Amino acid sequence: MGLKSKDLLDIQGLEKDEINLILDTAESFKEVTSRDIKKVPTLRGKTVFNLFFEPSTRTRTSFELAAKRLSADVINFSVSTSSVVKGETLLDTARNIEAMRSDFIVIRHSASGAPHMLARQLKSSVINAGDGSHEHPTQALLDMFTIREKKGMIEGLKIAIIGDIIHSRVARSNIHGLTKLGAEVRIVGPPALIPMDIEALGVSVFYNMEDALSGADVIMVLRLQLERQGKNFFPSLREYAGLYSLTSDKAGYAKEDVMIMHPGPMNRGVEISPEVADGLSSVILEQVTNGIAVRMAALYLLSGVG
Amino acid sequence: MTEKIMMDSMGIERALNRIAHEIIERNKGTENLVLVGIRTCGVHLARRLSVKIKEVEKSDVPVGILDITLYRDDILTRKEHPAVRKTDIPFDLTDKVVVLVDDVLFTGRTIRAAMDGLMDLGRPALIKLAVLIDRGHRELPVRADYVGKNIPTSRPASVKALLSEEGFEDTVILKEEQ
Repeated sequence: MGLKSKDLLDIQGLEKDEINLILDTAESFKEVTSRDIKKVPTLRGKTVFNLFFEPSTRTRTSFELAAKRLSADVINFSVSTSSVVKGETLLDTARNIEAMRSDFIVIRHSASGAPHMLARQLKSSVINAGDGSHEHPTQALLDMFTIREKKGMIEGLKIAIIGDIIHSRVARSNIHGLTKLGAEVRIVGPPALIPMDIEALGVSVFYNMEDALSGADVIMVLRLQLERQGKNFFPSLREYAGLYSLTSDKAGYAKEDVMIMHPGPMNRGVEISPEVADGLSSVILEQVTNGIAVRMAALYLLSGVG
Repeated sequence: MTEKIMMDSMGIERALNRIAHEIIERNKGTENLVLVGIRTCGVHLARRLSVKIKEVEKSDVPVGILDITLYRDDILTRKEHPAVRKTDIPFDLTDKVVVLVDDVLFTGRTIRAAMDGLMDLGRPALIKLAVLIDRGHRELPVRADYVGKNIPTSRPASVKALLSEEGFEDTVILKEEQ
């Protein structure tokens, strides 16, 4: 079997089997990325355009490496030096890229749904590298890959997601993916940062860290997205950190073999304390390593949808 | 459609015994020798050869698993991509005598892909090819060093090795359209 769509836009639209296929395939690619020669000829002659309208180091570099390790050509389209600043629309920019015979367009945009709009208009495979506060599917896939690799399976695990849920595309993608794979997902944060009716997605909501973290197998800490927040979500950073920062004391509520994740970039001392971020339970850097294998799997599988 | 049994379990057993002895003889023992099976049936055959070589030489010959999917020459032209599975070669190939093992040698394209795959993992001193069946119709200049059985076939026929590791009784079957 393969993927059903030429595009990877969100986890919500993927079936459980498709998620598992991507994770299984990523395992094979992880072996490739651990070799001395970390390159295979599979996507020779294909072209990947990275089109990032928001800042990124991890995701863009990870996609670039993934494409290069599959022998595809990569163009990094930097918006600040492009015709976008002269007023070109997103669709015109994308059509021009496609006129240069792109096979993949990897897009990050502050508007939710921007990748979906391009996917409908273009023949290239469109990969969502984060759209507004909607979804960030490859981040969730690499998170699920990392959990599965460490814990053996996802079904039945208690997974707590902490923090700025309302602005987090990472949280939304993970909630869809983890619940599809049978995990028990708990959401915790200050009420103002938790969307109304999020229980409809199959998660339980907590406002207290001890309740949310007790017995947890996995803790995902989210970045406080100050750039997306208006004012008044909480009184002060200090108060937020006091209540919701993951310190080793609070991590102690979880299971002894808990794994701690963060999609990066971290605000050390705000949502996570340095001793937890750098502690033995942290898999934060492994998430980054796994991201390349997962993105290779996505590129490979999408190129097979004809 | 006709189905003909070309080798039974005894036939396969004898062929592998002979190949194991030929490998030992030509390599003058097992020094620097490694076996690499091509997924899936080649891996089973490589493991069997390793056991047989050990019975004679009393030394372990490591077996690696090679998945050639990422090196296929038809990967971008096929409708749907074949599943990629893991290559697992937990030893260094550099300066080793690698015996590549597969079940059926046909066009030679799999072997071309396998050699590219091996070269990305190290620089073997020598690559040899062992196959259970050579059915002809090569499309590339590839030749096996160890052959269990030559089976002349028509181009559209199919030859399949069914192995006990996959839940079958060991047989080699030739299927031909009438």
